[in-house]
Amino acid sequence: MDKSSFIPLILGMAAATYLPRLAPFMFFSDMKVPRVVDAFLKSIPVAAIGALIVPSALTATPDMPAAGLMGMGFTLVYGLFRGGIIVPVLGSVGVAYLVMTFG
Amino acid sequence: MKKQDLRRAVRGGIPIFIGYFPAAVAFGILAKATGVTLLEAFLFSAVVFAGASQFIALNLIATGMGPVGIVLTTLLVNFRHFLMSTYLSTRIKEKAKAWYIPMAFGVTDETFSVLSFTTHELTRTFVLALEFSAYSGWVSGTLSGFLLGGFMPEVLTQSMGVALYALLLAILMPELKKSVRSLFLAVSSGLLNWLLVAMDVLPTGWSIIVCILIIASLGAVLTVSIPQKEEAHG
Repeated sequence: MDKSSFIPLILGMAAATYLPRLAPFMFFSDMKVPRVVDAFLKSIPVAAIGALIVPSALTATPDMPAAGLMGMGFTLVYGLFRGGIIVPVLGSVGVAYLVMTFG
Repeated sequence: MKKQDLRRAVRGGIPIFIGYFPAAVAFGILAKATGVTLLEAFLFSAVVFAGASQFIALNLIATGMGPVGIVLTTLLVNFRHFLMSTYLSTRIKEKAKAWYIPMAFGVTDETFSVLSFTTHELTRTFVLALEFSAYSGWVSGTLSGFLLGGFMPEVLTQSMGVALYALLLAILMPELKKSVRSLFLAVSSGLLNWLLVAMDVLPTGWSIIVCILIIASLGAVLTVSIPQKEEAHG
């Protein structure tokens, strides 16, 4: 490929990324859907997040996978008792950092 | 109202920023090593704004693949966002359609996840401010990586990478505590994805699409056959 400019490639990639993100808003936002389709759509977040976490999180810290897992363990245990986002996220980073540094 | 939306968006956006920044630094470093200019590296992140596919593109450039192949790969890798936007289009009730143009640009795995488990109304201000905090982490990380190189210690970079997964888990936890069905679906989806990734038969990005299609269908069947109380989200 012509190394002098990646700009056309970048624009092509931008279109390939943006159009699938945009199309549903243009076509589906006013649509009335049957109950079973609605139930399908409402299940998307749980299905997506489950697959986004596993198995990628198992190798979040490739040099020492146990550190990432212990960080995730903190988030899990914290989440059993308390809500919120900032503390469980910063805590997981802190635990992973400590385990990698001193573990 | 606006102020409250902004505050909430920053609270949700900080964890995404923490996760995106080090990943984008790695992208900036790799882009430079691949022979991409500073302007092009900036444009990759500022115009494409899609984590995994940008790394894949650099790999493919290095192997000598032409632009058409790389664009098609990008389409495959990022097509899961079509499903995520479909869900969000049922949640965001924006009367002025033009606002969907910037909103759709900011749909990523992480912004989608935060938005889908936000119980209050998804206002224009909240959606755009959340997406902007993610975007600023990605773009500023790319520039920092390109210009400064490996300025962050490796241990810190890897630890901060955990933030993205911790964020997803923290968002999901209240729902999992509330609903056995959601717990079952989320665990099933993770196990199915693990299996698909281990089998290594699908192109990158498609194992997640297959998981969403199968597990959300299962969710629909369970919902219709075993009705339960209306969920707080959606």
